[in-house]
Amino acid sequence: MIFGLSEHDIISIGLTAIRTLVILLGSVLVAAMMIWVERRLLGLWQDRYGPNRVGPFGLLQVVADMIKIFFKEDWIPPFADKAVFVVAPAIIMLTSMLAFAVIPFTPTWTVVNLNVGILFLLAMSSLGVYSVIFAGWASDNKYALLGAMRTAAQMISYEVFMGLSLLGVVLLAGSFNLGVIVESQRGMWNVIPQFPAFVIFFLAGCAEIHRAPFDLPEAEQELTSGYHTEYSGMKFGMFFVGEYLGIVLISCLVTTLFFGGWLGPWLPGFVWFALKAGFFMCFFILLRAATVRPRYDQLMAFGWKVLLPIAIINVAITGAIVVAQS
Amino acid sequence: MKNAAQNAISATSGVLRTLGMTFMHSFRKRDTIMYPEEQPYLPPRYRGRIVLTRDPDGAERCVACNLCSVACPVDCISVVKTEDETGRWYPESFRINFSRCIYCGFCEEACPTYAIQLTPDFEMGEFDRQQMVYEKSDLLISGVGKRPGYNFYRVAGMAVGGKDKGAAENEAEPIDIKTLLP
Ligand code: SF4
Ligand code: SF4
Repeated sequence: MIFGLSEHDIISIGLTAIRTLVILLGSVLVAAMMIWVERRLLGLWQDRYGPNRVGPFGLLQVVADMIKIFFKEDWIPPFADKAVFVVAPAIIMLTSMLAFAVIPFTPTWTVVNLNVGILFLLAMSSLGVYSVIFAGWASDNKYALLGAMRTAAQMISYEVFMGLSLLGVVLLAGSFNLGVIVESQRGMWNVIPQFPAFVIFFLAGCAEIHRAPFDLPEAEQELTSGYHTEYSGMKFGMFFVGEYLGIVLISCLVTTLFFGGWLGPWLPGFVWFALKAGFFMCFFILLRAATVRPRYDQLMAFGWKVLLPIAIINVAITGAIVVAQS
Repeated sequence: MKNAAQNAISATSGVLRTLGMTFMHSFRKRDTIMYPEEQPYLPPRYRGRIVLTRDPDGAERCVACNLCSVACPVDCISVVKTEDETGRWYPESFRINFSRCIYCGFCEEACPTYAIQLTPDFEMGEFDRQQMVYEKSDLLISGVGKRPGYNFYRVAGMAVGGKDKGAAENEAEPIDIKTLLP
């Protein structure tokens, strides 16, 4: 007995700590590898190679880039609001990594088994907005501010449909707990009864992590690079990795919520999860390779005039069916 | 309403089509040439490293007229003239600063003797900027380059060591304008 904890408690705390570390490191590592995967796949789809010199298949390019970015000058503009400027990139890393806590990779591998897992996820992804707004505001640069403004509007609008589209899934499973939601898909993956919700969630997720084609916040051609224009060195690196963490997160979420998470025949659960999530990560890249960026007003109109009604109708119909069945 | 539905369908199918078309690129041949393991084909008229050529008799073609130097937009050619005992002009020194050269080929176009020529070789990287300055000895090659058989003095009407006026190829005897005889 130490501090009133039995041996059993200590072992379970230790196991949770190890599991947390593995998931944390694993997700950051996958996010870093995503940079390489994206460059290779974009190369493939543009009939070129992408990085293929450093290490086997150019795999060590990520390492080389990391070393480079660590040794770069970390410059804070003299006109910037220093404290906020420094905090901003940390927030996006923090919120994206915290969101991984509730994702059930396998029946046993999840950091916390929250009853309100989905709400926690939505909360974390909303908090990510602060990072962008702080960055844009603290940079004291008009491009950064414009980018941040766009991001705020985009993320807050798409948050709405993201939440609404998940309600159908929650209704079907009868729980906010992600593990329960996965288990509820034993018979049929949610993507079939909830197809509109899946499409809306995917698009909203795309907008939430501002990936192409919804990358208006950092539209290079018009805003230099939006909210992180003034960032350099590892602070920029954190935004960069944070963005890829977002892709990994959304892919994991789509897998969990609509494609039955770890469920699947023959192979062990984690392999199924990784396969499904990997597929969606690649799909995000294909989306970037193929689509063009809409105008800002088109983005807003599409969200409020198309996605919102569909999401509401979807919730209403799902609700009616669930009520009728019970 | 009907219009909106049509719009929605055409927009969706458009996006799906571009996704599909982009994905089909996975099976295409890649355009990249894996330089330096694989060397690219450069056409003979590619504008790369500059050389000074010789005429078929093995003499230097350059007559130090400085036309290339004048034509050069970035002023990177420097020529100093000298003469041999027969009055034929030579460059005493010929220097090209390749760290300034933009490989436009104007010098080649300006040259009346086809002496200066650009070649399909671009591997000229150096760590030391000073190494990019090529002297005459670095530029002069022992061949005729892209113009075989051409010798400026054999076709030019200038009297030069061993060849008088009127002795060049396709050249008539000079006319004595002071005599009345036909
Ligand atoms: S190629 Fe153009 S820039 Fe280079 S030496 Fe000739 S004239 Fe000058
Ligand atoms: S290279 Fe040609 S243009 Fe230049 S000085 Fe010699 S003869 Fe004249």
